[in-house]
Amino acid sequence: MHSEEVLALFRKMVEARRFEEKAAELYTQGHIRGFCHLYIGQEAVIVGVAKNIKYLQESPLDSVITSYRDHAHMLTLGVDPRIIMAELCGKEAGCSKGKGGSMHMYSKPLNFYGGNGIVGAQVSIGTGLALAHKYNNDGGVALIFYGDGAANQGQVYESFNMAALWKLPAVYVLENNRYALGTSIPRAVAGNSLINRGDPFGIPTIIVDGMDVFDVIDKSREAIDYARSGNGPIILHMDTYRYRGHSMSDPGTYRPRSEIEQIKKERDPIVKIKSELLTTYNVSPEEIERIEEEAERLMKTAAEFAINAEEADVGQLETDIILS
Amino acid sequence: MQVRTAIRDAIAEEMRRDRSVFLMGEEVGRYNGAYKASQGLLDEFGEQRVIDTPITEYGFAGIGVGTALAGLRPIVEFMTFNFAMQAIDHIVNSAAKTLYMSGGAMHCPIVFRGPNGVPRGVAAQHSQCFAGWYAHVPGLKVVAPYTAMEAKCLLKAAIRDDNPVVFLEHEVLYGQQFEMRDDIRLLSKPSESVLMEGDPARRTGVYLSVHEDSSTGPTQQKNDCGELGKKSIELLPLDKAVIMRHGTDITITAFSISVMHAMEAAGILWEKHGISAEVINLISLRPIDRDTIVNSVMKTGRIINIEEGWSACGIGSEIISIVTETAFDYLDAEPVRITSADVPMPYSKQLEDLALPNVDMIVNRIARMCGRR
Repeated sequence: MHSEEVLALFRKMVEARRFEEKAAELYTQGHIRGFCHLYIGQEAVIVGVAKNIKYLQESPLDSVITSYRDHAHMLTLGVDPRIIMAELCGKEAGCSKGKGGSMHMYSKPLNFYGGNGIVGAQVSIGTGLALAHKYNNDGGVALIFYGDGAANQGQVYESFNMAALWKLPAVYVLENNRYALGTSIPRAVAGNSLINRGDPFGIPTIIVDGMDVFDVIDKSREAIDYARSGNGPIILHMDTYRYRGHSMSDPGTYRPRSEIEQIKKERDPIVKIKSELLTTYNVSPEEIERIEEEAERLMKTAAEFAINAEEADVGQLETDIILS
Repeated sequence: MQVRTAIRDAIAEEMRRDRSVFLMGEEVGRYNGAYKASQGLLDEFGEQRVIDTPITEYGFAGIGVGTALAGLRPIVEFMTFNFAMQAIDHIVNSAAKTLYMSGGAMHCPIVFRGPNGVPRGVAAQHSQCFAGWYAHVPGLKVVAPYTAMEAKCLLKAAIRDDNPVVFLEHEVLYGQQFEMRDDIRLLSKPSESVLMEGDPARRTGVYLSVHEDSSTGPTQQKNDCGELGKKSIELLPLDKAVIMRHGTDITITAFSISVMHAMEAAGILWEKHGISAEVINLISLRPIDRDTIVNSVMKTGRIINIEEGWSACGIGSEIISIVTETAFDYLDAEPVRITSADVPMPYSKQLEDLALPNVDMIVNRIARMCGRR
C-alpha cells in the first residue's frame, strides 16, 4: 500500500474516534438524548471493510447494513459528519430530519440501510439485500455487520440457512467486541466461541484481528471476492473491543477497568496504524499530528453545526408515514 | 371466479408487468401454494421469481423487507397469518417504520399476504383474526377483500403501492365463486356510487374510484378484472369501503368473511322484519374509511360491526369510537360489536359454532336494536 492510502485509512479511523468522542461530549451536555452507542475501539473494522467496497463511477455497488452502533459506518461510507451529528441531536438538518436519531440513519445513495434498533434484525434484512443483488444480477455484495449479542438471535441462523441454500452474495461481518451489553461471551455463548457458527450451514468463517486495519483489509477482500464470485455467503469473525459502555448510559461494572486499559495499551487500532506510519512508511510525526488536528476540527465544526441547527420541524410530526 | 384464482391472476399479471415483483413463502412454488393461490406461477416465472422458502417466517419476512428496501417489490406469503406472529417484528419494526425513521429517505414496497381468521376445525393456534393487530400500526396499509373481484383488484393495487401492505385473505373464501364482470358498471365520475343491476338480492354494491393508470407501466397483457364496456376496472383503492347494500334503518360494517354473514342477515332482516340494513364492506382496515361509515350512520342512526376477531381493541372498537366521536348526536341506539367469544378458538364443532359470530345472532341483535322485539 502507498503511504497516501495508509494515511487515508488513518484519517478515517481518527475521524471516527473524534466523532464519537464529540458525541459523548454532546450527550453529557444534554444535546443528545436517549440511546447513544459509541464505536470507540472498533474503528479498524468498518474502515478496513469499507476499503474493499466496489464502486461503479462514484456510486457504491455493494450494500451495507448494521446495528444501532452505526455512526462510524455512516461516516466511513462518506456521509457528512455535520448531518450525522445533527441527527444525533434531533435536528431538522439530520439525515433523518431528526426523526430517527442515533440508531436510525440511512443513506440510499451510499447503499447504507441503517441503523437497526432490533438486535439481529439487520442480519435478515441484510440477507434480503444480498438476495436483491443476486436477483438483479448486478455483481454487488451485501456487507452485514452484527455483534456477538446478535449472534445468539434465531433469525441470524434462519438467514444463514437461506443464504447458504440460495448461494447469496452475503458477507456477514461479526463484530465480536466480547460483551452483549454487559453479558460476556462465556456467559452467553455455549461452547464459549462464535467461530464455528457457520459450520452447520457450510458457511466458511475467516478469523480476523479486528483491531488491525491491515488484517481487516486483507481478509475482508478475500471474503468479498469469495461472495462476489458466486460462492455464497461467508463470515468474517472480527475479534474487536469497545472501550466505552454499551451505550452512554452503561456504567460498565461488568468488566474490570484494567481489561480496557490493557487492550488500549496493547491492541489499540489507531496506535497500531500510527506506529506503522512512523516506522514502515516514514511519515513524519508532524504529518500525523496535522491529520489528528484536522479530524478534531472537523468534528468540532460538526458539533457546532448540530448544536446551532434548527430543532426538528413540528410540521414533520405526521409526514413520512405513508407514501402517497 | 374463485378467490384463489383471482389472487393467482393478480400476482401473475403484476409479475408480467414488472420484473421487480416476485413471490416468496412456504410451498408457493413446486407445491403451487398451500391453498393453490400460486397455481402455475413457478412454471411461468421460474425459481428466481417464485421462491420456496424453508419454514422460517422471521427470517424470510426480514429477507423480504431487505429486498424491498433495495428496490424490489416482494410479495411475502404466509401460509397463514398465525405464523406471521413469528415475523411480526419485521412487519412492524422493519417494514412499517423505516419510512418515518429515515425521514422519508427509505421506503419499503412490500405485500405480506395470506389467510387470516378462522378456517374452521383447526383449533386455537390456527384460528385467529389479526386485523386489529396490524390496523393498530402507523406505516402499514391493511386490507381484507371479500369478493374475487376485490381480491384481484386490491392485490394488484397493493403490489403497485409504495408502502408495506398487509393483505388479509380468508381460507373459507378461497373456494367461493364470485362473478367478475357482469354486475359492475363503470362509474361516470370516480367516487360516485352506482347501483348493481340485475341482482335478485337487490345488492347495490359500489366500487368507488376506478383507477385508470395503464399509462404507468408496460401493459401488454389484457386485464380481465371487471370489464365494463370498453374500459375495465383493474385496480381498486386500498383505502375505500364499499357499500354492498343500501339501507335506512341500520348500518352493518364488516370485512372479509363477515361481509357474507352481514349480507345474509340483511336479507333476512328485510324479509322477516322489514328492517332496511345498509351493509358496508370495510375492505380497508387501515386507514378505515371514516366518511363512508359516518355518512351511513348519519342516515341510519344505528351501527353494528361484525368481525371474527376478539372484541377487545378490535376493529369494531375502533369503528364505534369513530362513530361516537363524530356522529354521536345521530345515534338512536347504542353501537354494538358482534365478535368471536373472548376465548381461544375451541376445536369441537359444537363449541366452535358457539364461539363464532353467526347470522341468527346478527339478525336477533339488530331486530332488538331496531325495537322489533
